[in-house]
Amino acid sequence: MKQFLKKSYLAIILIFLYVPIIVLIVQSFNSGKSRAKWEGLSLHWYQELFSNTSIMNALWVTVTVALVATVAATLLGTLAAIGIYSMKKRPQALMMTITNLPNTMPDIVTGVSLMLLYIFAKVERGYVTMVLAHITFDVPYVVLSVLPKLKQMNKHIYEAALDLGATPTYALTHVIIPECKQGIVTGALLAFTLSLDDFTISYFTTSPLVQNLSTLIYSATKLGISPVYYALSSLMFVVLLVLLLIVNHRTADNK
Amino acid sequence: MSEQPRMIYLDHVSKEYDGVTVLDDINLYILKKEFVTLLGPSGCGKTTTLRIIGGFEYPSTGRVLFEGKDITGMPPYKRRVNTVFQKYALFPHLNVRDNIAFGLKLKKMSRAEINKRVDKMLDLVNMSGYGKRSVDSLSGGQQQRIAIARSLVNEPEVLLLDEPLGALDLKLRKEMQLELKSMQQQLGITFLYVTHDQEEALTMSDTIVVMNAGHILQIGTPKTIYDEPANAFVANFIGESNIIRGTMVRDELVCFSGVDFPCVDSGFGENAPVDVVVRPEDIVIVGEDIGQLTGTVKSVLFKGVHYEMMIESHDFTWKVHSTTMQPAGSRVGLSIVPFNIHIMHPMKEEAR
Repeated sequence: MKQFLKKSYLAIILIFLYVPIIVLIVQSFNSGKSRAKWEGLSLHWYQELFSNTSIMNALWVTVTVALVATVAATLLGTLAAIGIYSMKKRPQALMMTITNLPNTMPDIVTGVSLMLLYIFAKVERGYVTMVLAHITFDVPYVVLSVLPKLKQMNKHIYEAALDLGATPTYALTHVIIPECKQGIVTGALLAFTLSLDDFTISYFTTSPLVQNLSTLIYSATKLGISPVYYALSSLMFVVLLVLLLIVNHRTADNK
Repeated sequence: MSEQPRMIYLDHVSKEYDGVTVLDDINLYILKKEFVTLLGPSGCGKTTTLRIIGGFEYPSTGRVLFEGKDITGMPPYKRRVNTVFQKYALFPHLNVRDNIAFGLKLKKMSRAEINKRVDKMLDLVNMSGYGKRSVDSLSGGQQQRIAIARSLVNEPEVLLLDEPLGALDLKLRKEMQLELKSMQQQLGITFLYVTHDQEEALTMSDTIVVMNAGHILQIGTPKTIYDEPANAFVANFIGESNIIRGTMVRDELVCFSGVDFPCVDSGFGENAPVDVVVRPEDIVIVGEDIGQLTGTVKSVLFKGVHYEMMIESHDFTWKVHSTTMQPAGSRVGLSIVPFNIHIMHPMKEEAR
């Protein structure tokens, strides 16, 4: 009995979490337009999805913003982590707090404050401002994935490289970075995933002319949502699920 | 050794961290092909001295000279010295062969030449056939051999070793001590070795530098350091010893424990207070009636090669090592030949 309760408790939680998504995925294969009635299995909405130019544009924006932001954030975040690692104890603790703070802040605060900053600086919002915003929220995650790797490293490894004749730059590129490669890749995947599914911050930092998938879906819901978006959301779910599984698998391997 | 030129000269080197002095006016030179050991308890400044020579720390004041040239501010990658670090510090992302080849690749050497030298080094440290292995798959002793090979392959003028055997078990440590010493003689390289293990220092060194609290207390050959310790700290740190306060009556006669002993030291003045050192193995147990001192055996410990007995005379408890055992409680006589009595200038009370 106790065993049964334990298992059903878990089952109920999982059902609550995943039933909406399952309904969404099932509906995306429904050939009819009505959600109340099952009119047969079909890939109709998926076909429509790929011929819809505004959605394809948004997909392009989403993926390129995520890629550019990931590359920039990985570079900045890795260098920042190395800098923080070589600091003395107290400034290091201070820097870590400053780095962690944006993670704990609600996205809406980050979004609104970035929007205000852009308005204040008289920067026209669009593609570039969205990329900058994404870099901003990605960097802390890269720092947090790289730093533990650095701390695991033998602290004399850098000195050993210098001792053997390596310049500081060579030691950085040939010893330190290869040593924390796993952390860097995990950080990059995490940044990419966060960037792909971000809505709140993107919403405040772009113009209606440059939409990514999540802001496009949001504006579409105002007009009554077409089943095309079920198909789109289902695909996004699957892509993010795969990325998250990769990240989790890597993190588990590192331990 | 004195005909060899000076390799390294530390000229009035001091080092402070946040107002705390860790090295205080160190003057030290190291000769070519010499095996020098910096010996002292942890925190005495021996590792800092090594790191200053390696270029990982810069002295607060003073100069570092290498073959007469000032290298005080030179970064480590331009110095012709290599370091073997305490915890090996091998590169885990490279295999054994690439670890050893790291320094040679930086010198833009041809692949064939690199391979030749790496093979020779693997052979020297008895690790041939391990080239393709990952460093994480090696035992501590094997990793240490690779760390030594990685440094030696660059043919440094001076090899710095920071407690390289500290993490190994006793048997392996003894083997490695002999191997290191023979490598040093074979290659003719200057070794500067840091350890807190006095036995290790005595076994391997040409010269021992005893340090404590940022100061050099004594520099000398192992034999001098052992037989003629400069003060009570050195005597205590190097081997076991009985240290007793005494008075130098006149040259070659010292009084301690209420008895006058003939000795071989002179030049301390008359009726001068001194510290007297007698090694436990230099005290001979004789019949109660013929000893210079008499005492009661308080305890006996079997130590393998010898017995260690604590023998209480009227004002001092002597530690005595002997291969023959006297049962606890028995009365014995103690006798010390003049040559085995070492007289030192007394240390200030707080330095003990």
